[in-house]
Amino acid sequence: MSGRETRTLRSPLTDGVVNVLLGLVAAVWLLPYLWMLSTSFKTLPEIVRAPTAPLPSGLDLGAYRAVLESMPLARYFWNTTVMALGIAFTQIAVALPAGYALAKLKFAGRGVAFGLVVATLLIPAQVRFVPVFALLAEVGWVNTMTALILPFGVSAFGTFLIRQALMSVPDSLIEAARMDGASELRIIYGLLGPMLRPTLVSFFLFSFVYHWNDYFWPLVMTTDDAVRTLPLGIALLREQGTGVRWHIVMAGNVLLSAPALAVFAFAQRHLLRAVASKA
Amino acid sequence: MRPSRRFDPLWMLGPTLVLLVVFFFVPLLQAAKSSLYEWDLLTPPRYVGLDNYRALIDSGELGHALSTTLIMSAVVVVGSMALGLGLALALNRPTRFAGFVRSAVFSAYVVSWVSVALLWLWVLDADAGALTALCRALHLPTTHWLGNPKSALYALSGVTIWKIAGYSMVLFLAGLQDIPRSLYEAASLDGAGAWQRFVNVTWPLLRPTAAFVGTTSLIISFQVFDVVRVMTQGGPVRSTSVFVYAIYEQVFLNLRVGRASALVVVFFVLLLGLTALQLWAWRKKGAA
Repeated sequence: MSGRETRTLRSPLTDGVVNVLLGLVAAVWLLPYLWMLSTSFKTLPEIVRAPTAPLPSGLDLGAYRAVLESMPLARYFWNTTVMALGIAFTQIAVALPAGYALAKLKFAGRGVAFGLVVATLLIPAQVRFVPVFALLAEVGWVNTMTALILPFGVSAFGTFLIRQALMSVPDSLIEAARMDGASELRIIYGLLGPMLRPTLVSFFLFSFVYHWNDYFWPLVMTTDDAVRTLPLGIALLREQGTGVRWHIVMAGNVLLSAPALAVFAFAQRHLLRAVASKA
Repeated sequence: MRPSRRFDPLWMLGPTLVLLVVFFFVPLLQAAKSSLYEWDLLTPPRYVGLDNYRALIDSGELGHALSTTLIMSAVVVVGSMALGLGLALALNRPTRFAGFVRSAVFSAYVVSWVSVALLWLWVLDADAGALTALCRALHLPTTHWLGNPKSALYALSGVTIWKIAGYSMVLFLAGLQDIPRSLYEAASLDGAGAWQRFVNVTWPLLRPTAAFVGTTSLIISFQVFDVVRVMTQGGPVRSTSVFVYAIYEQVFLNLRVGRASALVVVFFVLLLGLTALQLWAWRKKGAA
């Protein structure tokens, strides 16, 4: 990132003051995570005796063991990953041909189709969950992976992003592939898909993290351990009347937030790009 | 380009359109229809006309949901934008330290709402929480942040600001980097100080970004649910019962689908209005 323009105009004194303030800012954002980590290694007597002691007396793993005993953690983890991967892959698989038709092909009704896709941005999960729940209940799909994945199979944001990216691909390239006898299916998934890789990776990560973190939809669509996801399970730790057993809640929270933070650490650039492109 | 076969666009758009109709447009119409019925999910629905809307207004539930949502949105939008802008201005430089602070703030946007809610539930705990301890140590007044009906909504707003300030910071940073350096040089040559440069150069050029950030943050805060569900369950004394939580409560706790649908319809109309605002802001951004 470039920012020299403002830097040269600053005096060393204000630079120093600004740095101190920024150190405080970093503390406000990082200390809660460290606090969570520290609490998760404490024991119940420690929490009762000195709840705000900054460091645990040792690395006690009792809280993590308690989390594992109170819920099928591996199952939740698996469910969440399958759901998030399923949604992200479905969205891309569905959006690629749609984006291709919208960006490259001329046909009657193209404007209407594009308008419909964009219009769904107006209909968030909170608006549609009641009827969708009723519909899925009718066909017996409540408490299934399908109920978690299919309603998110199409992403207006993803379709829009892919369409934009495809508009800058020259027509001649597609025409040449057609001359070589490639089918449209092959052109879309075999030629254009790999070409759009950076866009697709950014969108994939964005969608994956978003749905991995999602709480609302799994909450209203599942009642059963078999399909429950991790955010739900971890939030339940708190609802079970844990009282002062904060070390257990925080151990669960470490397990829930670590994957998201890891993705963030490794793919910060991609996530930032996805957010910026939303604007 | 012409499709190589006439019906190609049909299969390419088919899955998208089917999913849109089944999971977006039909549910929306269904919600509008359900709002005119009384339905408990078990017995057959009964047509009641506008009774659901009338009951929501008469019981004060609609007004209450609106006021909590509006207060929270106002606090969150103003707070996260001011913080995001301040951070963007301070962090718009290439040092490693600035990069570190940027990542720290933005990380909260990536972590789940549930994580953030649990984290702050512990920090704000009335007896043993770190914030309470800090306030006591500094001899500042403290309260049962989440248990006091006067403070709970603001505590949740604060947590939401913590979560999304990184979002507005990132967008403001992108906006700042689009401002040509020559404008600052020209302003300096004219003898403009830091404040004057901000008022005359930075802010006017950042205004379209600000409008966009403002409307998207407004929509995010209108849809707040997770922090409420995890931290306060709408309480104490319904003081944090925001719109989406009220909808959820009507369906899953009261089994009143008609009432919930009426709330959904009002909520949708509000979102429509907010989006119109966003489009307008976006147009302005495009024109700038």
